[in-house]
Amino acid sequence: MAASCESLLPLVLLLCLSAQAVDRSNFKTCEQSAFCKRQRELTAGRSPYRALLDTLELSDSRLTLQLINDNNKVRLLLELYRLQGNMTRVKINELKPLKPRYEVPDVLISDPITEKLSVVSQDENSLVLSLGGKDQRLIISAQPFRLDIVEGPQVLMSLNSRGLLAFEHLRARKDTSISHKISSTVGSMWDSFKSMFSSKSESEQETEQENVEQQTDEDGQIKEEEDKPGMWEETFKSHADSKPNGPSSISLDFSLPGVEHVYGIPEHADTLKLKNTDGSDPYRLYNLDVFQYELHNPMALYGAVPVLISHSTDRTMGIFWLNAAETWVDISSNTAGKTMFGKILDFVQVSSEAPQTDVRWISESGIIDVFIMLGPKPADVFTQYASLTGTQSFPPLSALAYHQCRWNYNDQEDVKTVDQGFDEHDIPYDFIWLDIEHADGKRYFTWDPSKFPQPKEMLQGLMDKRRKLVAIVDPHIRVDSGYKIHNEIRSKNFYVKNKDGGDYEGWCWPGNAGYPDFTNPEMRAWWASQFAYDQYEGSMENQYIWNDMNEPSVFNGPEVTMHKDALHGVWEHRDVHNLYGLYVQKATADGLIQRSEGVQRPFVLTRAFFAGSQRYGAVWTGDNAAEWGHLKISIPMCLSLGLVGISFCGADVGGFFKHPSAELLVRWYQAGAYQPFFRAHAHIDTPRREPWLFGPDNTALIREAIRQRYALLPYWYQLFYNANRTGQPVMRPLWVEYPDDVTTFSTEDEYLIGKDLLVHPVTDEGATGVTAYLPGKDEVWYDVHTFQKHDGDQSLYIPVTMSSIPVFQRGGSIICRKDRVRRSSSCMENDPYTLYVALSSQGSAEGELYIDDFHTFSFEEAKQFVHRRLSFSANTLSSRNLAPDSQFSTASWIERIVIFGGSQPSSATLKNADGTESALEFEFDSTLAVLTLRKPGVNAAADWTIVLR
Amino acid sequence: MTCLHLLLTLGFAVSLGTPVEIQRPRGVPLTKKQFYEENKPFTCLDGSRTIPFDRVNDDYCDCKDGSDEPGTAACPNGSFHCTNAGYRPMFIPSSRINDGICDCCDTTDEYNSGAKCENTCKELGRKEREVLHKMAEITKEGFLLKRQLIEEAKKGHQEKQSKVTDMQENKKQLDEKVEALRTVKETAEQPEKEAKERHLKAWEEQKAAIRLEKDKAKMAEAFLELDDDADGFVSVSELQSHAELDPDADGTLTEIEAQGLLGGAEQVDTSTFESVWPKIKDKYHSESQPEEPAPVETPPDEVKEPVVDNDSEPYPEDDISEEEDEDDEDEDDYHEDDDKAPPTVKTPEKSDEDDEAMPPYDADTQALIDAAQKARDDFEEAEKALREMDDQIRNIEKELSFDFGPDAEFTYLYNQCYELTTSEYIYRLCPFNRVSQKPKFGGSETNLGTWGSWSGPENNKYLLMKYEHGTGCWQGPNRSTTVKLTCGKETVVTSTSEPSRCEYLMEFTTPAVCQEPSNADLSPHDHEEL
Repeated sequence: MAASCESLLPLVLLLCLSAQAVDRSNFKTCEQSAFCKRQRELTAGRSPYRALLDTLELSDSRLTLQLINDNNKVRLLLELYRLQGNMTRVKINELKPLKPRYEVPDVLISDPITEKLSVVSQDENSLVLSLGGKDQRLIISAQPFRLDIVEGPQVLMSLNSRGLLAFEHLRARKDTSISHKISSTVGSMWDSFKSMFSSKSESEQETEQENVEQQTDEDGQIKEEEDKPGMWEETFKSHADSKPNGPSSISLDFSLPGVEHVYGIPEHADTLKLKNTDGSDPYRLYNLDVFQYELHNPMALYGAVPVLISHSTDRTMGIFWLNAAETWVDISSNTAGKTMFGKILDFVQVSSEAPQTDVRWISESGIIDVFIMLGPKPADVFTQYASLTGTQSFPPLSALAYHQCRWNYNDQEDVKTVDQGFDEHDIPYDFIWLDIEHADGKRYFTWDPSKFPQPKEMLQGLMDKRRKLVAIVDPHIRVDSGYKIHNEIRSKNFYVKNKDGGDYEGWCWPGNAGYPDFTNPEMRAWWASQFAYDQYEGSMENQYIWNDMNEPSVFNGPEVTMHKDALHGVWEHRDVHNLYGLYVQKATADGLIQRSEGVQRPFVLTRAFFAGSQRYGAVWTGDNAAEWGHLKISIPMCLSLGLVGISFCGADVGGFFKHPSAELLVRWYQAGAYQPFFRAHAHIDTPRREPWLFGPDNTALIREAIRQRYALLPYWYQLFYNANRTGQPVMRPLWVEYPDDVTTFSTEDEYLIGKDLLVHPVTDEGATGVTAYLPGKDEVWYDVHTFQKHDGDQSLYIPVTMSSIPVFQRGGSIICRKDRVRRSSSCMENDPYTLYVALSSQGSAEGELYIDDFHTFSFEEAKQFVHRRLSFSANTLSSRNLAPDSQFSTASWIERIVIFGGSQPSSATLKNADGTESALEFEFDSTLAVLTLRKPGVNAAADWTIVLR
Repeated sequence: MTCLHLLLTLGFAVSLGTPVEIQRPRGVPLTKKQFYEENKPFTCLDGSRTIPFDRVNDDYCDCKDGSDEPGTAACPNGSFHCTNAGYRPMFIPSSRINDGICDCCDTTDEYNSGAKCENTCKELGRKEREVLHKMAEITKEGFLLKRQLIEEAKKGHQEKQSKVTDMQENKKQLDEKVEALRTVKETAEQPEKEAKERHLKAWEEQKAAIRLEKDKAKMAEAFLELDDDADGFVSVSELQSHAELDPDADGTLTEIEAQGLLGGAEQVDTSTFESVWPKIKDKYHSESQPEEPAPVETPPDEVKEPVVDNDSEPYPEDDISEEEDEDDEDEDDYHEDDDKAPPTVKTPEKSDEDDEAMPPYDADTQALIDAAQKARDDFEEAEKALREMDDQIRNIEKELSFDFGPDAEFTYLYNQCYELTTSEYIYRLCPFNRVSQKPKFGGSETNLGTWGSWSGPENNKYLLMKYEHGTGCWQGPNRSTTVKLTCGKETVVTSTSEPSRCEYLMEFTTPAVCQEPSNADLSPHDHEEL
């Protein structure tokens, strides 16, 4: 919904008036972020780090080794793990930090399963480990320290090959006694905390003590590192960051020989393929509420997933940098020869002309904890990443349908009128949304007594239409002694604290607000309990939740977010910032599960996110604008999220800020209907834009776009089931399915839904045609509207009118649709399916059909579902059970089968499981080669075969 | 489940005691029964194809126009007819058949969905009749009121017309009167002007004579003062004692300079002094008079530059206070300037003669002035009366020019205001003028638009009023209000809302829109289908 400027205070209005686009001065550049500046001043060169090979310890699952920085003699501990599924984990921490450094919890779904690491060879300056597989080796070079992962004669990835490993060790402050006192206080808090939980034995601690002494002995010859500006405090605009712990940033470089295309690290309003950042700011990952964001810009946005995917025709790989602090990522191009030297040249042969991409990660605090996902195929990387952070939650079917939102639907009457408007205009919708004005004085979990006096009546009215509602619940809590939620959080001491130990307070929608400490599991449990029907008054089972402003947004905070020296227990906000939004959504989703006693699947939308957020619901791209550029960018933005696990993504249809032209609105509906999360939304100051307000022609166009979405819901649902099971993205860049086709590597104006539908939405004003690239040598594609057949591996010009949504079905696929579109997805649950069989050039096709109750966890807990494989070959179409141990009975049946690209049969015979046979009537359109089988009538869960002769 | 095959609605159907229904396929209206003849091939209503009758309502769409599936959801473009005995029959889209939601009050749309629908047709019919009845009552009474309004408006219109005519007549007379008085005035002003000029001229002459006298006296006095040795001559050395006469302002009056002043002579007598005097009189200080102290120039306080903070503060509360501070400073500066303004440069001492006032006019002149003044007053008064008359005429003409409806039935709203108080605001509608909103608990009024035009649908534009160009909205349009008029006995604002930011909607009842009730409308309940 909203950014930092609003009618809260008149002055804010003044500020906003001048702000046509993002006010860049509100947000830091790398130069203005002290650690980024310090780190970026280091340039590639010989690394001061040396691996102390004699400290090597190797167990079955773990290798440890000390690193020493020859400039300051500070020692680091390197840990290496070989993980199941072709992954390597590299952890680097201080060997003996002054106090513990933050390690991100709750993002990995479990401790990754390790596999045996074994030493292949060793000499005085290197160590070679086997990673299994096809000659995969990990080479540790001691001086200068670097890691190389090779496969046979090929280097896959090198770490610290440019010598940019930089680990700012924690240190005592030299001059001012005050800050020293503060840090020692926090330090002693740690000591007591540690003593409670530490599993280390006394003797271990003694050994460590010795190490430290030994280190001190060497200190004689160490030149003291000089303090640099911004190490111990930093100001930005009028905000001071007290930095009691001093400098703590970390950095590491990765070289990817042979790679020219890298993707991921959302969220940025930028191209799918990441750009070279030489001469510009690095891509920034720091969850921020950016008012009227700009396009094609590496500035941070609302969410952060520190996962980068590299792709070449040879291999797809991923780097997961598990760190929740402010992070910057530099991307540059290189030639491979420049970073190859030393030991690895014994292994590999490198052409100095080979392209290479160098990536450098910089984070403000925490440790280096990197997961290297070695692919080799795109699907493998997705599987690998899913094994670490989990898969997309499986939404209730209705959440995949159309959502109608606006800031704000004013009152119950308004909600009713809009609901009726959809019926009057025969447009389906499943969810109507209420933004912040619905609550009583922005006190979430309450209802404005004059506008929403009878919320249950309203919800019941929607339920009678088999529809649902989403109400917003933001994580800023109005400081008001008359507000139950606030009082309880305060009395339970659940608020985030400011640096001086008091409750942290900031400005947001309600005025002065507190921010619950969602990193605290007790807080999250309490928050979840607030969604119980007896706690959240006026709520009902068809009400779902939306978490906005969870970056967190703090209007008067630095960069419109929380002060970094605010405290979450013992940790600074600095350490946990990018994780806050994930926790808010997690606690909310948990609450929705608990209120139904674990029966119903939740639906929660979030604006802020982190790695792992896919487990809790949907994400949208925040406060975009009614501009063609924003419509266009919605594709790469959601594709980037899909690559890093978050499939349930969408952009505000119509654009949040500003007033769309009818043409833009129609085009956006057409594009949005083919994106995973399909919601129209609008700013409170924009004119109303319900689908029927732009004249009957546009109403009809929007109706048609939404109806296409509803007809395809079975396919979307099956893809989300698949994403939930396997981690494969729902919305995919072309290169994911055509990894050898270089022409697809930068494509971002079209994409695939699953692997079988190619969508090229019209995103240009006044467009009379689009040029779609249909990939795949020897493949064929069918226009889903005209049934026309086109060959793959060509760019095809398609003339368009206002009603055109260019969509193609891949030859070789079978897609199930429900062509009886009704007013909500629930109304369609028992409707029959039509199978669209698009034959490949070899005359075969395959597809899946997935059915369950569409809203509970029974599919998982009681195996209550239908999952079938549909295949067509040798003129025989059959349905076979993919999950024999599952059971579910459905009322749905097969209404019609449409086969593209075949020839006219003389007969079609349906064979039922019980052996009975019947002849099917059919029609054949010879001009388009479309065969329609009339009413097989078999149950969708049954085994059957149809033979054409 | 899979095949719903042929489904015929049966005569006794679901509802109890309704009149006998004619057998026809489910969802077919009586008017189309003829096309669905049992056991005869069915031809799609668009004529596109013919199918066996058992494919009517067999839950598979065969006809492009959806006509073969009037009773199932199979066709995307089909429609289903519900009889709704006791209420109004209607068509619903086929997609609403068996979707679990009760759409037809006779429940016939949900025959296979498990939805528990109750037949509410009778109840709805009763309620609708009640409502229609009430509406009819209101319309009837409202229409009577409207007729009165039309009568009154007609009368008012005539009155105003005749008033305007009268006034225009009066105005003509006034015009003449004004012209007459203008002539009187101009006639009286000519002699007045001449007499005044004469008087002034005499006074100027007299003043000049007095000034000359005074100068001579001063010269004589100066001569005596300068002639220190009283020898009847002013010598060079005597002149040198008056350093202020120094022509080159170097502080000393040298002998040569003094001699120069004396026209080259060593000394001058009284008569020669007459030619010296004009050269020195402006500088000359009388020895008897103390020197005029130079006015003390107090330099004005330096205007304080308001401290401008260049670091733009992004945070609301800071900014607010800062803004306010700046404003305050500016205002303070302004006041300071006023208070501490430097003494205005003093005008030179008025010479004595200027102090003397002009003597009063003589009686003859005064008489002429008085006469002219009276003529002026009379003229102005008449002119004012004419202007007022013009205003009045214009106002009435303006009122007459408004579109008060085909029969001027909206005339009575003119110059009236109607208020509605909500939980937060008092809304005020002044028809043909403006709409405004005022916070209930203090705060300034916001203009929600001034009269724009009638903007109802083409067939009756008098159902909506549009008020436009109200106070501007942030990042949005100027506020505007649409007033929706409905028939009612009372003239009241019944509700207000803001469906879109800064676009208000007001509902307003007035008898002026009540339509003449037709007799048929008064007994509105025999649309039931058999």
